[in-house]
Amino acid sequence: MNSITEQLLGVVADWSGGVSFKGAYNIRENGQCAGRQSSPNISIENKPDAPGLVIRIKAAAQGETVYIPACVTKGGVDDLVYNDFFIEPGADVIVVAGCGVHTDDEGEARHNGVHRFFVGAGAHVVYKEKHIGTGGGAGKKRIDPITDIELDEGAVLEMDTLQIGGVDSTTRKTRAKVGARAKLIIHERLMTDGDEQAVSDFAVEMNGDDSAVDLVSRSVAKGRSWQDYHSVIRGNCRCTGHSECDAILVDGGRVNAAPELYAGHIDAALIHEAAIGKIAGEQIIKLRTLGLTEEEAEQRIIQGFLEA
Amino acid sequence: MLELNHISWSVPGGEIILKDVSLKIPDGKLTVITGPNGAGKSSLAKIIAGLETPTAGSILLDGEDITGWDITRRALGGIGYAFQQPVRFKGLTVRDLLELAARKALTDDEVCDLLGKVGLCAQEYIDRAVDASLSGGESKRIEIATVLARRDARVLIFDEPEAGIDLWSFSCLIDAFESIKHQRGDSMLIISHQERILEIADHIIVIADGVVRTAGSRVMVLPQLMSEEKMARCPMGKAGKGGIE
Repeated sequence: MNSITEQLLGVVADWSGGVSFKGAYNIRENGQCAGRQSSPNISIENKPDAPGLVIRIKAAAQGETVYIPACVTKGGVDDLVYNDFFIEPGADVIVVAGCGVHTDDEGEARHNGVHRFFVGAGAHVVYKEKHIGTGGGAGKKRIDPITDIELDEGAVLEMDTLQIGGVDSTTRKTRAKVGARAKLIIHERLMTDGDEQAVSDFAVEMNGDDSAVDLVSRSVAKGRSWQDYHSVIRGNCRCTGHSECDAILVDGGRVNAAPELYAGHIDAALIHEAAIGKIAGEQIIKLRTLGLTEEEAEQRIIQGFLEA
Repeated sequence: MLELNHISWSVPGGEIILKDVSLKIPDGKLTVITGPNGAGKSSLAKIIAGLETPTAGSILLDGEDITGWDITRRALGGIGYAFQQPVRFKGLTVRDLLELAARKALTDDEVCDLLGKVGLCAQEYIDRAVDASLSGGESKRIEIATVLARRDARVLIFDEPEAGIDLWSFSCLIDAFESIKHQRGDSMLIISHQERILEIADHIIVIADGVVRTAGSRVMVLPQLMSEEKMARCPMGKAGKGGIE
């Protein structure tokens, strides 16, 4: 494992250096396995038909964490990986799947992770996905994740996805099918700057009675960056759906938000909220009356907005 | 001491709000500015905090001319200002805001103490977002707490702190103001119409139509104000007992 990977892991997967992660993990570096360990309740094996992994999580896994980070540390690498997660009914796990791309040269550094989650009845999954781009090379840094989720009856998946910055281009696709009494919670946070572009695309099918989805996206578009947000929640049964898309514009940042709700059942209750705009002047002034400079106030407001 | 010398201010391109206002806010005293709506009281508070720039006149803090200081510099120089209409933030918690005000990390006990002074239970509010989920009264009390957290401030300005606050919390607030006066020794300037606030003032300044109409000790000004207030309520001399005959 090279030093850039170690640095990226520190940011995207809370890697503290030195020793490996506790419990089950797989570290992917430039398309290769840089370290792997299974645990008694979580097995990690190569996918037989494609690059990637099969992660099987037993019901006995309660409060365990599995780390599946991937790093690209040089230009000219276009990494594509398919990871399947099979979570047994009743399991309770945290999946950390951060990704960092780095290039110091002219070549493009790209990671494209296709993650599929099959969550058994009553299982609880917290899925943490943190993305960052680093390096001073002219090569583009791209991360294009695809996440497919299937929740069985009463399952819960909480997805916390964060792009900190430095990624020139990203297309993030998330699709989910939510079963009876299952709940999907998605919290997306995006920061773009310079000429960066980000596309977020969510499609959630509510297929089981009393299913629920809560989709919150918060983003900040700075510089000349561009963001495009699409979400579709389809209520095909008695269900509740809430989506919220808030964006802060700074400088010449631009955002397009196109939320869509479809109610195909009389008891589908769906709500969408959206707000796009610059930071309110009174917020800056309030923090300045506490002693912050205008720049510090703006930074703190953005930090809080993305952390919330 | 905070001194305002010949301050004038107009709405940009419009009406003259303050006309040649001069006044002194003495150290360690509670000064209340009162007067009818639209008299220019809040404008004066904003000018002191640097939110508005006077068209004429100067502001001195302990003899130093701060007229040209921006909002941040005035805050760091010791001016604390509580907004009449509290600002809401999506993403900042009550603790965040109080820590920004205190310019340091606060212990739970310190946060509890600050919120207790404005009548809020810390456990319920410490991690709450300062956003639209708070009622007007809750926001107002948190706003006031951000100024109480300013241990470095020498002049604390509160613009109509009573607005939107229930009676019980208002009593807490009165206690907090008296405690600041007696224990911290900071100067306080409160914009208020509220009789109970006027009653704890050391000095009262009455502004009307953009000019200082009366200024002096509470003992001197308050009876005069009360008398005028009664006259205004019962101009025809039908107030009955205690009224004008």
